[in-house]
Amino acid sequence: MAGPRNISVSEASRPVLPRHAKLKYDETRKVWVILAPERVLAPDEIAVEVLQLCNGQRSVGDVSDQLAAKYAAPREAILADVIVMLQDLADKGFLTEIREKTP
Amino acid sequence: MSDVLPIIPPDTSDSLAVLEKSRSTAETFGIPLAVLLEITHRCPLQCPYCSNPVELDRSGKELTTDEWKKVLSELAEIGVLQVHFSGGEPTARKDLVELVKHASDVGLYTNLITSAVLLTRERLGELADAGLCHVQISFQGVEEGLADRVAGYKNGHRKKLEVAKWTRELDLPLTVNAVMHRQNLHQLPDIIQMSVDLDADRLEVANVQYYGWALRNRAALMPTVAQLDECTRLVEEARDRLKGTLAIDYVVPDYYALRPKKCMGGWGRQFFNISPAGKVLPCHAAESITGLDFLSVRSNHSIAWIWQNSDAFNRYRGTGWMKEPCKSCEFREIDFGGCRCQAFALTGDAANTDPACALSPLHETIFKQAEREAEGETNRFLYRNFAGGTLESENGA
Repeated sequence: MAGPRNISVSEASRPVLPRHAKLKYDETRKVWVILAPERVLAPDEIAVEVLQLCNGQRSVGDVSDQLAAKYAAPREAILADVIVMLQDLADKGFLTEIREKTP
Repeated sequence: MSDVLPIIPPDTSDSLAVLEKSRSTAETFGIPLAVLLEITHRCPLQCPYCSNPVELDRSGKELTTDEWKKVLSELAEIGVLQVHFSGGEPTARKDLVELVKHASDVGLYTNLITSAVLLTRERLGELADAGLCHVQISFQGVEEGLADRVAGYKNGHRKKLEVAKWTRELDLPLTVNAVMHRQNLHQLPDIIQMSVDLDADRLEVANVQYYGWALRNRAALMPTVAQLDECTRLVEEARDRLKGTLAIDYVVPDYYALRPKKCMGGWGRQFFNISPAGKVLPCHAAESITGLDFLSVRSNHSIAWIWQNSDAFNRYRGTGWMKEPCKSCEFREIDFGGCRCQAFALTGDAANTDPACALSPLHETIFKQAEREAEGETNRFLYRNFAGGTLESENGA
């Protein structure tokens, strides 16, 4: 089955794009897009970078660490922005997450 | 039909902006992001509001497998990102898996718009393996009595529920498409719950749009104003309650609006579809407008050329074709005068203002007529078929 819905994104979440949301570079329009049912979203540069790091293994905290190091920026500010962006995507139904299996 | 996709790069103030059209009429028209492929008009269902033209393409006229593959390659090449395989019933074509595979191979995002009744679990699995990204299944109601009567197809509803379940078992995302009208609007709360129970990602609550078959069945389908208000209230309540669980798209019937809909995002601005016989059309109902010559992918023109240059696409593009009251209207670039097919069907001239607009001289008459029909007792359907329609018998069979 597909990953869970109704996600609340936190530092510990391990998000990933679901099968029906595909991140792709549009060669014709020279812009990154997320292809989803009946929608084409245009993520900005930072969103693209975040989504490329979200592989279902890395946590939101890990992703923020990497971006903080790369841009020599305050981690807490980045973390807050990343959570807002991912939550927006989750509320639109275009994000899932990997959870530990409960026995 | 579902909502139209916007085309042009975004207002970047939002980190996840929906790609929106924001260009002036003076610019050229970029290739649409998504294209609807009506690969056949054959369909086992006979829904009285079918969006196909009343004059259906027979199977002998359909593009061949190789012709569709060539179309798919060409679409990917010119910048189309998504294709919707639709019909008629697209699974009626034996080569559907091959076409989906080809579309995936050339990088297109693929969506299947289906009635589901012809699918087996095995074939759905083959479609998933071929790279299908999304499945949209139409439902005519929430229980088989009404649903099968609307579709004119016995045991269809039961089969749809089964296929919806397989869809989720195969980890394919699911949209429930519910076409709403007077005779099933009372089931909307249960349809919303059914969508949640089926683990759908998305629900389209699409009120019937009255062209073609639906126009012929208007007296049996038109909702009352009170029904529509209740429908809007239910959708808004459910959207709020189900945020993050079920996305709901909502299409209202335009007869009861004061402003017409920006049909297709404006003629030839952000949408085209390809008919079973290969005609490139500004909308799936466009062939109902007589006097327009729609070019085919079988002509010696490319799809991009047809989109940019053909007379049929340019005829109602922009605002130059408009007459009053559209011509001097402050909303002329907001709604582009509404729907050309509806203007043609109700006034005889596609260049007239869509009577859905309160500024149309015909608006009041048509609104009153719709209201009368909604309160009327005519519930029998004219079923859609290749023979020009069959009237439902008195006892509803």
